[in-house]
Amino acid sequence: MGSREPTRHLGPGQWLLVGAVVLYLGAILALPLVAIFAHALEAGVGPLLQTFDDPLARHGLWLSLVLALIALLANGAVGVGGALVLPRHRFLGRRLLDALVDLPLAVSPVMTGLAFLLVFGRGGWLEPALAAGDWKVTFAFPGLVLATLFVTFPFTLREVGYVLEELGTEEEEAAATLGASSWQTFWRVTLPNIRYGLGYGVILTTARALGEFGAVLVLGGAISGRTQTATTFIYNALEERQEPAAYGVALVLALASILLLAALEWLKRQRRKEI
Amino acid sequence: MSIRVTNLTKKFNGFTAVDGVSLGVDSGELVAFLGPSGSGKSTILRIIAGLEAADAGEVWLEGERTDHLHARARGVGFVFQHYALFRHMTVAENIGFGLAVQGAARPRRRRRVQELLELMGLQGFGGRYPAQLSGGQRQRVALARALAPEPKVLLLDEPFGAVDAKVREELRHWLRRLHDEVQVTSIFVTHDQEEAFSVADRVMVINRGRLEQAGSPAEILDNPGTEFVARFIGEANVFEARVHDGQARIGALAVAVAGFAEDTPVAIVVRHYDLKFWCEDDGGCATVVRMTRLGDRVKVEAAIDGAGPIFSQFPRRSSLLHGIEPGCRIHIEVTLARTYPRSTGGVSDPARSANS
Repeated sequence: MGSREPTRHLGPGQWLLVGAVVLYLGAILALPLVAIFAHALEAGVGPLLQTFDDPLARHGLWLSLVLALIALLANGAVGVGGALVLPRHRFLGRRLLDALVDLPLAVSPVMTGLAFLLVFGRGGWLEPALAAGDWKVTFAFPGLVLATLFVTFPFTLREVGYVLEELGTEEEEAAATLGASSWQTFWRVTLPNIRYGLGYGVILTTARALGEFGAVLVLGGAISGRTQTATTFIYNALEERQEPAAYGVALVLALASILLLAALEWLKRQRRKEI
Repeated sequence: MSIRVTNLTKKFNGFTAVDGVSLGVDSGELVAFLGPSGSGKSTILRIIAGLEAADAGEVWLEGERTDHLHARARGVGFVFQHYALFRHMTVAENIGFGLAVQGAARPRRRRRVQELLELMGLQGFGGRYPAQLSGGQRQRVALARALAPEPKVLLLDEPFGAVDAKVREELRHWLRRLHDEVQVTSIFVTHDQEEAFSVADRVMVINRGRLEQAGSPAEILDNPGTEFVARFIGEANVFEARVHDGQARIGALAVAVAGFAEDTPVAIVVRHYDLKFWCEDDGGCATVVRMTRLGDRVKVEAAIDGAGPIFSQFPRRSSLLHGIEPGCRIHIEVTLARTYPRSTGGVSDPARSANS
């Protein structure tokens, strides 16, 4: 392709449109973020740092981080596998499975939590089996993991899926004719080719895991020091009118979001450079 | 290394892409699969490479049956139309890939890559990425990559289809020279007759999943074995008629046909260079409809009295063109016609003038 088209000057109507978009984005995106920073830093950094003396706040943040890590590893691996298998093979129930992948995006997290309670909770279908093994899922760490895995499931699979679709199979065929095993082809050809898609997927998974609230609240119960994640900590702190603690943890989450966004931008730029 | 396939059949969702094809390529030959798009020629190539599994039939490479082997175990070099270079690897890494996955030692790999860069005229490009190369360069890298592990056979799927006309011409000459040098048994797929005839030792014409004819370029041009081949190769006039008294009448034009029973329905194929048009005062059997200049040649289209159109081409300054202009009456002489019995069940009309 040749050089890009020179930027044309905007007409008055277009200015109006751009202005409206900027205002809208400012109101719903930038303003709340700025407000969090402003509020959190209102009384200086001192009270904020005290937040981190609170073991419950630390525990909440730690728990959220662990859950995000589990989600990105598990759903990263399952997502890549699913993206490789789903669109490329024909089998009975493929379309249904393909549609089910998007279910977590369509279902309210609170409902998700409730549904899991009906399966794993008291009087749930799997309760006898769990009781026999003395396993606890609801209001315990496994419940949080389940909830997080469910709500973050589609991201990697879809992002990698789009990239694979665009990529086609020719490079993999070329690798095969050159004598590469499936394993070698995956590590040397497929994975490098999907790395940006995988990167987007993992970042979105992490962001979604850190931000999850409804499902972990219903399924985990937000028990202080045990199943209370960063988001449920903020919620409980606000309820108990401990605003500085809430702002402190919220600020950490906001910083994480900004970091993730920056990582996403960096990935996009790297990818553009290569094309 | 010779290639032999027998009774190859492949269906895609009920569509028969390859229909009982048997063919053989001798060691060191350069063969072209020529046919219209959708004729199944690429599918045959992919089956030989192991990228596609046949529903029935056998593939033999150098006397060894290989159709049960995975593509990676066949020792076949494959070149894709759209290069299929590994985009995240440099040119040198691309070329060295085959040796690397087969476990060759680094020094040997480096030597082989260097050798191929030189053979392909790509010295100094080893560190570049595919995106930084032109189409012609990419295709040469793809070839180098396929040749690096010293494959038993080289298969090229429309190798020059994605580059522009001038580069294609260069790559053709270059592939021919390369083959004379390396001598690896090769098949390339093309829908371009000129490409097939100018590059290959032997041409196999494929249509509707069947092998229509195999032979040297001269054999196929001079003795088309089937009506399809006669129609497809070169620009040809095709007339349908019935034999009467050893003649087929095409309106006012009579063509001698030998060896057919009275009243046999036949197809008569006449190449434009086996035709003479000339202008004389008295009569004639056709009227010139249009004259088109094609570079240094002139295409003359005429309507035969009582029948359809006919065309021919003449060099711009040919004496035959003297006095010929749109609307004038002409005489026609058919110096060579090929006659085929009309196949029942409708013969496809793939490319009456595939070259135009």
